Amino acid sequence: MRSPLLRIFRILISAIVFICFFIIFADFTHLIPAKYINIVLYLQFIPSLLNFHDLGTFAAAGFAVVLILTFLTGRTYCSFLCPLGIGQDINSRIGGRIKKKFRRYGYKKPFTIIRYSILAILIAVTIVWGVYLLTLLDPYSIFGRFMTYFVKPVVILINNFVAGILGKFDVYSLSHIPVRGYQMLAYSIPVLFFLLIGILSFTKGRLYCNMICPVGTLLGLLSKVSIFRIKINESQCTKCGRCSIGCKSSCIDFLQHHVDVSRCVGCFNCIKICQDKAIFFGIVTKGKKVIKTDVKKRKFIEGSIALLFGLPFIAKGQDKNPPVPKNASSVKENKTFPVCPPGGGSIEDFNIDCTACSLCITACPNNVLQPAMLQYGVKGMMQPVMDYHKSFCTYNCTVCTEICPTNALRPLTLEAKKLTQIGKVNFIKDNCIVKTEKTACGACSESCPTKAVYMVPYEGNLLIPETNVEICIGCGHCEFACPTTPFKAIFVDGNPVHEAAKKPVNVESEKEIPVEFPF
Amino acid sequence: MKRRDFLKRSAGAGLAAGAALSIGQYEKLWSAAPGRAKYDMVAVMGGNPDAMFDLGIQELGGLGAFIQKGQKVLVKPNIGWDVVPELAANTNPMLVKRIIEHCFKAGAKEVYVFDHTCDNWVNCYKNSGIEKAAKGAGAKVVPANSETYYQQIEIPGGVKLKSAKVHELLLETDVFINVPILKDHNSTRMTSCLKNMMGVVWDRGYWHSNNLNQCIADYALFEKKPALNIIDCFNVMVQHGPQGVSKEDIVMMKSLIITSDWVAGDAAAARMLGIETERIEYIPIAHKMGLGNMDIDSLNIKRIKM
Repeated sequence: MRSPLLRIFRILISAIVFICFFIIFADFTHLIPAKYINIVLYLQFIPSLLNFHDLGTFAAAGFAVVLILTFLTGRTYCSFLCPLGIGQDINSRIGGRIKKKFRRYGYKKPFTIIRYSILAILIAVTIVWGVYLLTLLDPYSIFGRFMTYFVKPVVILINNFVAGILGKFDVYSLSHIPVRGYQMLAYSIPVLFFLLIGILSFTKGRLYCNMICPVGTLLGLLSKVSIFRIKINESQCTKCGRCSIGCKSSCIDFLQHHVDVSRCVGCFNCIKICQDKAIFFGIVTKGKKVIKTDVKKRKFIEGSIALLFGLPFIAKGQDKNPPVPKNASSVKENKTFPVCPPGGGSIEDFNIDCTACSLCITACPNNVLQPAMLQYGVKGMMQPVMDYHKSFCTYNCTVCTEICPTNALRPLTLEAKKLTQIGKVNFIKDNCIVKTEKTACGACSESCPTKAVYMVPYEGNLLIPETNVEICIGCGHCEFACPTTPFKAIFVDGNPVHEAAKKPVNVESEKEIPVEFPF
Repeated sequence: MKRRDFLKRSAGAGLAAGAALSIGQYEKLWSAAPGRAKYDMVAVMGGNPDAMFDLGIQELGGLGAFIQKGQKVLVKPNIGWDVVPELAANTNPMLVKRIIEHCFKAGAKEVYVFDHTCDNWVNCYKNSGIEKAAKGAGAKVVPANSETYYQQIEIPGGVKLKSAKVHELLLETDVFINVPILKDHNSTRMTSCLKNMMGVVWDRGYWHSNNLNQCIADYALFEKKPALNIIDCFNVMVQHGPQGVSKEDIVMMKSLIITSDWVAGDAAAARMLGIETERIEYIPIAHKMGLGNMDIDSLNIKRIKM
């Protein structure tokens, strides 16, 4: 096959895939149903692999499809399906446009030691210790974090800008959405990777994919035995070298008529470039050298750094001020465990399956899921954790459990979720407004969906909260609503292993239906 | 100062005899002239929410007595919770719809609906049935989930609450119609007219931590007062309020109370719930501040049974 349509086909498919990923991560209106999100995520290699490891069913075997695809066609996954790869292609194209004359690619030797060491270490660490290194290096999760941490806030800011203008014209079809940033430290790793991958792809095409990305390396190994691959017809080739210069993987050694299939991502650009029609995509039968490159894009880097580091501040500025009660509360909340999202089963189970792709963080309609800092320990960094100072878990919602691609959060029906206790309520009477100020409050009990927090008579006409841990599901609405500062008078302590909450029992009121007006 | 003069004049005929005793002067006056109505309060029992409203408002001369042609109207229901209509944590959508229809019939140019919800606002708007009902009747359903929609106002004379941030549409509209649902409340014991105002302000936490009952009463000093309070007592949550747990919390009272005096409205609502008015602390506080009359036995009430 040497049709230039192959390249068009690749661009078309990858554009669709990229747009889908962009939409599911940037969907601040939460309109996309989970089932569609799951379809888009099905073929993501690492999430699917983890999901399969967890479930063992072939319904979760998207990775096998990828392996078969790779065995047939080489690393086409990297060009067609990997959102991070497609994103890099877009970025490197922008790079190419900005400096047209500049020859960025050309055949280079592979970073054999680096890439195989990374793969080997990753596999060893994952088997012995858990997914923690994978969390850092899974391309899908890296992409997810870029979208969640950097792109979505920008999309929301644009939305807010437009919503503001529309509001002036009395149109309220778009609503203003508060941008809530995460803790500064949570940005450190995504910023680092964003700069690394951004610069590498801007200047050197797919270098990240061929040097660092473990999925790329693994699929590259398999590609060495793939059936279809890019080949050069020696008799037709005039050794003009255009293919090599145009190859973003820097894998075509035109002098030797050799294509390094372990690095070729199947973009088919070379087929279009070749004026001799010597390059084709065909069945294997049975080829090394040009060097050049480099330039610093100071402006680009400056811009990115400013943007990346600026975002948290923009977001900070939009945070609402906490209410200020008259007297500061004095007793510190004594949290022994973080609260892990529903569907996680237990903190331990959750920690070993989550690659911190942040899809749940961006999909959570209430923004209660926040990237963890050290709540789960160093290894659980960036994994989602419930933050009840920021928000609370909506009683009627199971979104995070439905979309998790690695099955770290297992699907829960709404009925099951409403009885899943992810933490337990703790009341600190000495911090409570009712006791310290001797005035009515009840914000906690009012918010409680199960009435695990209820009010009992206190001094005079006052009512004070009391708790029934058995029916508490740990949603954190009470903690969020509690107006005391700096310490809350009520808080949820995480359950290391999720438990079953009892169903709230309700008795019919004795009040009768009035037949006459009581006034 | 035209508006102020108008207010002063219309107040002369006002029903607030006790008002003269209190400190403030014009803060306690109604924005719409209650003098026009034959009754201080209309109470209807025995029908569907929309039918009861049709009948009740007729006794007050129709909504046209409160809305002039071309005016912008704010209808403020309670949409606080992500709860279905049958469980009555939010104002009945049928009632909201019918009120909006009457607004347009009275010549309203635009009708707006919003609430600063407690649960996730998108879910609340949707699952309460109010968004659909209000849009169906031609109203604009407006978000209230972000601080950008709120503007700082002063409350002169407020004891605890001296300023607040209120939704811009409360300030921009000409007529304000308060449509609370009567419910049990876990700390104030009842929520109805005055308590419903916690849904037009941004920072509720301040109220909770600075004497909730006093703040609720203080807010009623703010000059933008409801022309009408329409209290939904169709399905009444008599326990586990304001959110409720299940249908066991609900008593179907099939009633509706319409009044310009929100303190009187709250006092009547308290009777519906069977709670002594004195126990719902913000009512006597508001009464003493001259914000309305909780002595409902002295009011001219039209009672209708369907």
